[in-house]
Amino acid sequence: MRGWTGPLVVLAMVVATAAVARIGRSMVPFALAVIPLVASILLINTFLFPGATDVIVRIGPLTPTWTGLEAALQATLRVAAFALSVAVFALTTPTDDLLADLERRGLGRRGIFVIGAAIGMIPRMAERASEITDSQRARGLDTEGSPWRRVRGVVPLAGPLIISALSEVEERTMALEARAFSAPGRRTTLRRLPDSSSQRVIRWAAGLGAIVAVAASLAGFLPLP
Amino acid sequence: MSLQMRGATYAYAGTKAIVLAGVDLDVEPGRVVAVVGPNESGKSTLCLVAAGLAPAAIGGRLSGSVVLDGQETATLKPHEAAQRCGILFQNPATQLSGTSVTVWEELAFGPRNLGLSIEEVAERVEAAMATLQIGSLAERDPHRLSGGQAQLVALASVVAHRPTMLVLDEPTSQLDPAGTRLVGDALARLAESGTAVLLVEHKTGLVERVADQVVLLVGGRVETVGPAATVLADPRLDEFGVDPPPSARITRALAAAGHADRLAGIDLGALEAEPIAAVGPGGGG
Repeated sequence: MRGWTGPLVVLAMVVATAAVARIGRSMVPFALAVIPLVASILLINTFLFPGATDVIVRIGPLTPTWTGLEAALQATLRVAAFALSVAVFALTTPTDDLLADLERRGLGRRGIFVIGAAIGMIPRMAERASEITDSQRARGLDTEGSPWRRVRGVVPLAGPLIISALSEVEERTMALEARAFSAPGRRTTLRRLPDSSSQRVIRWAAGLGAIVAVAASLAGFLPLP
Repeated sequence: MSLQMRGATYAYAGTKAIVLAGVDLDVEPGRVVAVVGPNESGKSTLCLVAAGLAPAAIGGRLSGSVVLDGQETATLKPHEAAQRCGILFQNPATQLSGTSVTVWEELAFGPRNLGLSIEEVAERVEAAMATLQIGSLAERDPHRLSGGQAQLVALASVVAHRPTMLVLDEPTSQLDPAGTRLVGDALARLAESGTAVLLVEHKTGLVERVADQVVLLVGGRVETVGPAATVLADPRLDEFGVDPPPSARITRALAAAGHADRLAGIDLGALEAEPIAAVGPGGGG
């Protein structure tokens, strides 16, 4: 079971958590997003695993192997376990709650700002990219149709998008300074999130469990990863 | 005196070009002083210097004296200057923290940076929303507001610091007439409450409506300063690339046609505030 236990346990926990949180349907886009990566893992490992000789079937010059297929499936499980656990986290934890709690636990204002601004910037950059694309379309740029045309459409988008973002940096910096961002001392925490004793027990148990599992695996008692 | 500049001369870091040259300027509590001038005349730089951000936050060389609330800005750190003087830029989008999910939290961003008690933060936020009359926006996403609303939120965020002085750098340049009117009304209320306001603005109609005094800045120097009505009627405004307010244009046109006396008793300053239809017989003025 070495190679299977770890990702299977994580996946089982992720599925159970998603079921309890009733976010199964919302996780579908996250699962679909890893398909290209999973496909490349399956193809490369199955067909090109170095040193494997247990050929499944010969297809002309291609020789998929059982060893490669096993490695590919294990890697796929790990990718899926990682991606879906991130999805569960993202879908069950509002960003402002996360930042509020991190701040309460002592993360500095700059750290909070970097995380918060980076997360908040994604939809705004998407909006701006859409505006730039629309304005360039209005001036005759063809960004629809074949994949090649779409790729060509990205090039004139990148310049204005990056330059406009950079041009705002100075004004943003000054606006932050004008709002006492560099003031010394600790910021006021607006709210304290509910943290029941059962949540605390589960959190500590999860942390301790992870340490025990890694230690047991290193000592040879548990077939991980 | 909320702001007193004497011989303020400034050059940006890395250049020798003097952008402000010996500027003298006074802004008293409860007064609105507007700055007009052509592009590249140093208006935005004047804002940064007046607010204590230049050179403290952006570097550069400042000589002369800039006193905010009795203290030289050269001795103030940016967060200390922020509590005396708030600054509002042209683009409301760049002034939002980017980390708040509601307008209420956005307004709390500055007071929280000062480490005030949560009760004090809440009190300041509520007071700023009341002053700017944006209580109805409290739960809205600050990134999903109209231009005028976003600029009012940005202004309220600055007001929540309770500065005695406000510096506004073309706050209505990206706003439509309705948004401009909202900001103008808010400025009038702030001045009434005793806040000193330094307003850089291209829309001279708004300047005419809210400013007590107007400074014409040209090439980094104060060309003229005086009561709003006098400076805005100065025929040299056109030479310097500044559009006179509609009332001044109408007055001049009628005077040129020999009908200046027909306007006696009519307040043309109201022209910017709301649409007015002028009717009358031919030759009626």
